Amino acid sequence: MIPPAFDYTRPTSVDEAVRALADAGEGEDAKVLAGGQSLLPLLRLRLAFPELVVDVGRIPELRGVREDGDTLAIGAMTTHHDVVRDPLVRRHAGLLAAATATVADPAVRHRGTLGGSLAHADPAGDLPAVVLALNGELIAQGPHGRRTIAARDFFVDYLQSALEPDELLVEVRVPKSDGWGFHYEKFHRVAQAYAIVGVAALVRRDDGRIAEARVGLTNMGATPLRAAAAEEALAGAADAQAIARASDAAAEGTRPAQDVSASAEYREHLARVLTQRAVLAASGMG
Amino acid sequence: MTDQAVEPEVGRARPRKEDARLITGQTNWTDNISVGGLLHMAILRSPMAHARITRVDVSPARERPGVIAAFSGADLAEGLGSLPCAWPVTEDIVLPDHPPIAVDEVRYAGDPVALVVARDRYTAADALEAIEVDYEPLPPVLDLEAALAEDSPLVHSDKGTNRSYVWPLRTGEDFDSVRQRAEVTVKRRYHHQRLIPNAMEPRAVGVTPLAASGEYTLYSSTQIPHIVRVMMAVVTGIPEHKIRVIAPDVGGGFGSKLQVYGEEALALAVARKTGRPVKWTESRSEGYLATHHGRGMIQDVEIAAMRDGRLLGLKVDLLTDMGAYLMLVTPGIPLLGAFMYPAIYKMDSYDFTCTGVFTTRTPTDAYRGAGRPEATYAIERIMDELAVELGLDPVELRRRNWIGHEEFPYTSIAGLTYDSGNYEAATEKALALFDYDKLRAEQADRNHRGDSVRLGIGVSTYTEMCGLAPSRVLRDLRYAAGGWEAATIRMLPTGKVEVVTGTSPHGQGHVTCWSQIAADVLGVPFEDVEVVHGDTKAAPQGMDTYGSRSLVVGGAAVHHAARKVVDKARKIAAHLLEASENDLEFTDGVFSVKGSPDARKTIQEIAFETFTSHDLPDGLEPTINAEHLVDPDNFSYPHGTHLCAVEVDTETGQTRIRSYVCVDDVGKVVNPMIVEGQVHGGLAQGIAQALYEEAVYDDEGNLVSGTMADYLVPSAVDLPEFTTARTETPATSNPLGVKGVGEAGTIASTPAVVNAIVDALRPFGVHDIRMPCTPERVWRAVRSGKEARS
Repeated sequence: MIPPAFDYTRPTSVDEAVRALADAGEGEDAKVLAGGQSLLPLLRLRLAFPELVVDVGRIPELRGVREDGDTLAIGAMTTHHDVVRDPLVRRHAGLLAAATATVADPAVRHRGTLGGSLAHADPAGDLPAVVLALNGELIAQGPHGRRTIAARDFFVDYLQSALEPDELLVEVRVPKSDGWGFHYEKFHRVAQAYAIVGVAALVRRDDGRIAEARVGLTNMGATPLRAAAAEEALAGAADAQAIARASDAAAEGTRPAQDVSASAEYREHLARVLTQRAVLAASGMG
Repeated sequence: MTDQAVEPEVGRARPRKEDARLITGQTNWTDNISVGGLLHMAILRSPMAHARITRVDVSPARERPGVIAAFSGADLAEGLGSLPCAWPVTEDIVLPDHPPIAVDEVRYAGDPVALVVARDRYTAADALEAIEVDYEPLPPVLDLEAALAEDSPLVHSDKGTNRSYVWPLRTGEDFDSVRQRAEVTVKRRYHHQRLIPNAMEPRAVGVTPLAASGEYTLYSSTQIPHIVRVMMAVVTGIPEHKIRVIAPDVGGGFGSKLQVYGEEALALAVARKTGRPVKWTESRSEGYLATHHGRGMIQDVEIAAMRDGRLLGLKVDLLTDMGAYLMLVTPGIPLLGAFMYPAIYKMDSYDFTCTGVFTTRTPTDAYRGAGRPEATYAIERIMDELAVELGLDPVELRRRNWIGHEEFPYTSIAGLTYDSGNYEAATEKALALFDYDKLRAEQADRNHRGDSVRLGIGVSTYTEMCGLAPSRVLRDLRYAAGGWEAATIRMLPTGKVEVVTGTSPHGQGHVTCWSQIAADVLGVPFEDVEVVHGDTKAAPQGMDTYGSRSLVVGGAAVHHAARKVVDKARKIAAHLLEASENDLEFTDGVFSVKGSPDARKTIQEIAFETFTSHDLPDGLEPTINAEHLVDPDNFSYPHGTHLCAVEVDTETGQTRIRSYVCVDDVGKVVNPMIVEGQVHGGLAQGIAQALYEEAVYDDEGNLVSGTMADYLVPSAVDLPEFTTARTETPATSNPLGVKGVGEAGTIASTPAVVNAIVDALRPFGVHDIRMPCTPERVWRAVRSGKEARS
């Protein structure tokens, strides 16, 4: 468990961090160290060999939650623990608070960060599917300034985000979802294990029916996914039976992995069952 | 002065003396030990399960700055013998050479092939990547049955077979004859997955050489410093009296450190070659490859009975996975189970065969329970199957067959003499705590309603043989050492006491318990006792700690040694008090003359008298220190009844343990809090086998579950609230009446959980789920049951 040698820098501002990434330039592989809960194991298992590690853990401007009109802006380096406890997040993005509370264990939640887990783009992580369901936006800063990336464009492939090598994820923006029902249904074998499948559900009800449902899927493909067919089928559902029928479409268009913890077939089955449960809970029709 | 009796220490829930230091990090793990000029060793391991080594070039590693030396297997072959197997269970056992580092062939992924020593561990780890090794792949051997086929590739080609041994035990009536007169027979095949022991502290080894005297101090995170010392002398050729082994603080073992490891020999070899102190500490993922595994067995079990439930006989045929080599007690592990398959039941016939099979995987050896969990699983699982076959409640079937409390001592069909027990009492208590009838009613209701969440109830009544072991029995089983234990009591001039024990604690709380035992016999305060252990220079004699033996054998030795101290002190007290020994009473540490209570001497005063020796009886040795060795004349037999209720979500296959009740009878209890802790930990590990843990290999023989991300060790949040209780039927084979508790929870809980899951799924036609009972396996069983019905 001894990582390969690397250079290390700990900038104190975003500008400095971006400069460090840009200076690394072509050919030199630089990695951003946020809370370290994914990168450090990869380093120790010698699965990652960066030449430079840029530690953004001492940049105060990257932490904290603020309101910006109808949106919550969450600093990328806000820890899971702080997200769970934050009153603004609890009030305006309950799904994010609820899902973050299921991440690993207290030790990990005190170190791990929202931005870190999104930038890592692990489809088995809980938060990518949640931010996708929330229609979130990710703010990246590079040498030429800031740009906004929609969550649906951010997760490109397995462990691969839309960030350029010289860009730093600085902020996560989620529209306030006041009035929406929500639930994160996580299925795992032990509390500290990754989700075999997870389902993030947001439901807006109107007149006893589901007016709009958004369903994010964890670990059902190389990236987090939206269960688009199920979302469509859920519109107008007025009871548990209708939700169950609509949830049968939850695995459509997914390509889950077959690995040591589950077969693809079982994951597809779980996606349907868990979607039904998550939407029932979110809609209050259960 | 009032003559109020002091409350006995034995039986008190004393907080552990060890804990303040361990919890606050003032610890002395092997990896913490550092000396000037220390070198760090890193080991290059085979990435392949089976291959010929055609070339090893360590020279690029030697050229790295900071690297002191690098060695291939060939460089170290001279001067290192084979690692030992101390339990060649049959005369004709196939016992291959086991070089501490591979020379021409690797036989499991993780087999060492080269090593580097460097000034720091970072340099050492980096330098491994510079070593060049060429392999010529050989076919892996992974399937136990296929390995025995004529045309199977061989793990050890020079041996001509993958069969290591066949060990039979047949007692009572011939099984074929009971099968013929039986009204019912049930035959099942059970699988025990491989398990990876997860001690909190990974293994570590350090060696400090003293060039001038040729002495070596070997620090090792081991359960068995005394055995390691003997074996290192044999393996390295360093004379035994020049080797001192220290097991400092050791953070758990569960059998995985009941081993003589190649890294211990390699560290000695490197220290001998370089003349420098050297240290090696495994990483968790390295340990998953290089520390021995447990279980790994296929069981074919057949039980024969009459319609009324009376058992006639049991036939057991085992294939057990040795892995690539026979390590310290590898072949003997199934034998520790061989005697336990008939468990607490009476029957007329027992027919047991075990076949040891080589595979190209990490060697297996002792893991908590060692053979006995496998045995208990098989019998308790098939008893449930038989109950279904007969239409009997599983508890009732057990009741009709177990040994009655009035029948002890009872010689089991396997030939063990159970000295004591009360299965009725433990079972009644468990049923009451569990609310068995109410749960059965709820189960019936859920089944009736077709609830998607089903309730299952699992029972496991167990006994185990522990307190290893009578030396003559070990001789008969061809084990190469004895089973005795040693203790010495040293009375210091100021009245304080040192207990020297040959047992070697690694988390159990020996220091606390031995203090309690000694304090009672000597009549000294608990706080005045210190316990010395884990250093062959300070505690020269011992057989160490495994198999729930420390208290039963080692604790008894402490008790006897303390009695000897009192007997010696009595002679001096009689002399000083000018009374006859027969007229002396000894209570709470004070000798007094019957009838004249003012004439008294404390044992501490006697200890001081021996220090000055100014006024001792003529011809008396000036000491009251005493030593005692115990060789037990029987094993001890803890027993108990465990009941588990599970809720199985038939839509997802997820199992949730709703309640777990265990009533264990571990005999007399020295420290109830420690017993409780042992039971909790044991349950966790047994439940882990039932639900979570499995060493998974791919078709090439690579360990797929190679980190804790994929090898699922449950934590407290994954486990239910345990309801624990005890009955107390003292053992008769030792003066303390104790039986041992280290393994009971692990042995009993695995079948209780699986029985409960299968019980929940009986309406779907399910009669087995392979361990671990993952949600996917449960879901598939439910689905195929549903399909079969529709």
